[in-house]
Amino acid sequence: MESVRALEGTASNPPLAGDSAPLLSVRNLRKTFPITKGIFGRKAGEVRAVHEVSFDIASGETLSLVGESGCGKTTTGRAILRLIEPTAGEIRFDGKDVRAMGPAELRAIRREMQIIFQDPVSSLNPRMTIGAAIREGITIHKLFEGSAADTRVRQLLEEVGLRAEYVTRYPHEFSGGQRQRIGIARALAVEPRFIVCDEPVSALDVSVQAQVINLLRDLQRDHDLTYLFIAHDLSVVRHMSDRVAVMYLGKIVELSAAEDLYREPLMPYTQALLSAVPVADPTVEKKRILLEGDVPSPASPPSGCVFHPRCHHPARDAACSVIDPPLEEKAPGHYAACIKQPPTQITWDEQARAGGVNPPERYLPVIGQPSRTRNPVPPNGRQP
Amino acid sequence: MTQPLLSVENLKTYFYTGSAIARSVDGVSFTIGEGETLGIVGESGCGKSVTALSILRLIQQPGRIEAGSSIIFEGENLVTLDDSSMRRIRGNRISMIFQEPMSALNPVFTVGDQVAEVARVHGSGSRGDAWNRAVEMLALTGIPAPGDRAKQYPHQLSGGMRQRVLIAMALMMSPALIIADEPTTALDVTIQAQILDLLTDLQRRLGTSILMITHDLGVIAETAARVVVMYAGEVVEQAHVRPLFADAHHPYTEGLMNAMPHIGAARQRLNVIPGTVPPPTAWPAGCRFRDRCSYAWERCEQEHPPLYEIAPGHTSRCHLAVEPERREHPHLPLVENAGATR
Repeated sequence: MESVRALEGTASNPPLAGDSAPLLSVRNLRKTFPITKGIFGRKAGEVRAVHEVSFDIASGETLSLVGESGCGKTTTGRAILRLIEPTAGEIRFDGKDVRAMGPAELRAIRREMQIIFQDPVSSLNPRMTIGAAIREGITIHKLFEGSAADTRVRQLLEEVGLRAEYVTRYPHEFSGGQRQRIGIARALAVEPRFIVCDEPVSALDVSVQAQVINLLRDLQRDHDLTYLFIAHDLSVVRHMSDRVAVMYLGKIVELSAAEDLYREPLMPYTQALLSAVPVADPTVEKKRILLEGDVPSPASPPSGCVFHPRCHHPARDAACSVIDPPLEEKAPGHYAACIKQPPTQITWDEQARAGGVNPPERYLPVIGQPSRTRNPVPPNGRQP
Repeated sequence: MTQPLLSVENLKTYFYTGSAIARSVDGVSFTIGEGETLGIVGESGCGKSVTALSILRLIQQPGRIEAGSSIIFEGENLVTLDDSSMRRIRGNRISMIFQEPMSALNPVFTVGDQVAEVARVHGSGSRGDAWNRAVEMLALTGIPAPGDRAKQYPHQLSGGMRQRVLIAMALMMSPALIIADEPTTALDVTIQAQILDLLTDLQRRLGTSILMITHDLGVIAETAARVVVMYAGEVVEQAHVRPLFADAHHPYTEGLMNAMPHIGAARQRLNVIPGTVPPPTAWPAGCRFRDRCSYAWERCEQEHPPLYEIAPGHTSRCHLAVEPERREHPHLPLVENAGATR
């Protein structure tokens, strides 16, 4: 079958809010993991964890990466910090090429780029007092010494809402929310400009989750921090983000200002994702787009649009299984990867040549509104 | 009203750990009617899972269901039932769906064998009958090609499929009650939507009662008819789902709802409940929520609040029920930051 790799170049021209130069700029980032077989580790295939991901983050901004497990959001976050070595692509932080850096430069840049992990229990050494854990970064980067460092550690603890006298305690003495605060204090210790927050509140209870979300926002305001916020909970993301990128099978399928994305999601996957979130209001009869089946394996992603086997867009047709949809601007600042959602750079001629029978058609199933049927969309695209 | 299917009365489950007693479930009472879905909602450590395990008598040493507790199910008191009669009920009349489907399945047997085993343990019909029924149940839960899937092992299935297998297992003996303990917490949101839909649909068709245990108010709103809110080992509020969401009475329920980020709301600061849940070995005297409550006054410290009836079918464990004017005067809670847990 002919595979059309349409408009390769457009992916390298996206997504920045505002006019200032971005603090972080990611272009065509790729990460593949080999699948090996047999005792000699013969390569039998590869898992495409992150594929051609591009985005910018402006200084002081929060960009969120959302998606379901296995979509590549965590791998993207770690590849940016080079905690996982990317396979290809470009990462620029403050104009500097992160991928070209040697060990010494990398250590220096990590003072400015930090990460907060999901599970605060396993990210803290159980044999280290929390004072020592927080102090580690300060010592490595020679920021403060002796009693000045002690003062700094105590000040950090207070800043994240813990008592200064906790410095001598061990991680097991704290609750989940408090451990996450310790993780935040550790990241802050080196005065970073950019923090990757990898599911920082997923393991926390609702009331504690709200405390940590508010803390992250206060710290952002006070220290002019830039966040890459990785999460699967769309309600939390709404509260944290300026802009949101939705990932599916290693690709960004939609990227826009948070408000636009939640008001008018354009990519059919985002539409389904948003409609699936349970709403804490028993009076709302939700119109829910139920996706059939499971996410395909990233070791053998579908051809064309990665979402086409589960897509509910009424104009879906054979062209979707052939043409790889570029992430293109559908409305000012609103990018989506769907050749059936107009406007698109993939002309109707090209689509028809690829077996398309349904011309693009604007499709916006209403989100969160009452409806009679549970699954309003026929599983198969209509015939013309 | 007719006799409820399950009636839990003053349930106390304590754990005797060394020097301290953890009063994880401390005087919980509720009922479930036939064909009803009751939701229990609360944060970790509130006692909701221990309540579920107590109903099935799956509490192990050093835990113990205290004398005076009663769990009446289909006319029998499960607390005093002997072990073999309890085995007859477990998996047969009451079944359970766990949170983590991978650890609830045995990796070395096919899923069909594991589903069929339920029928063999409860001694109904031949091996072949059990297998056929297992395939039938897998089909009922929406697993495509159930005959082939039944021959596969748990690792060959996705998370959503495994949860469907557990549901098929729970349905094998057509139980009167299914206890679902966080059945969708480990699943992605689109798969969660599928499973919640499946559970509500099965309940409508089969008339099974469901006890839905979750921390997610969204899941509660979409599945439950009545809701029990637990905090610190106690029921703090109980109501039908609509009045609960429209008119939450207990400050904890109110706080929980306000702390939840809403997908429809614009970017704004979240309201928080300060502090954390106290450890079950040291519940505060008086009202157990008072340290974190913005209304608490002297009475809350001195007097442990009973469950007040504030409307028909709506109860709340808060003195505001008798001194409603206090609601006009919120203040800062006692603990802005509860200390370390130990």
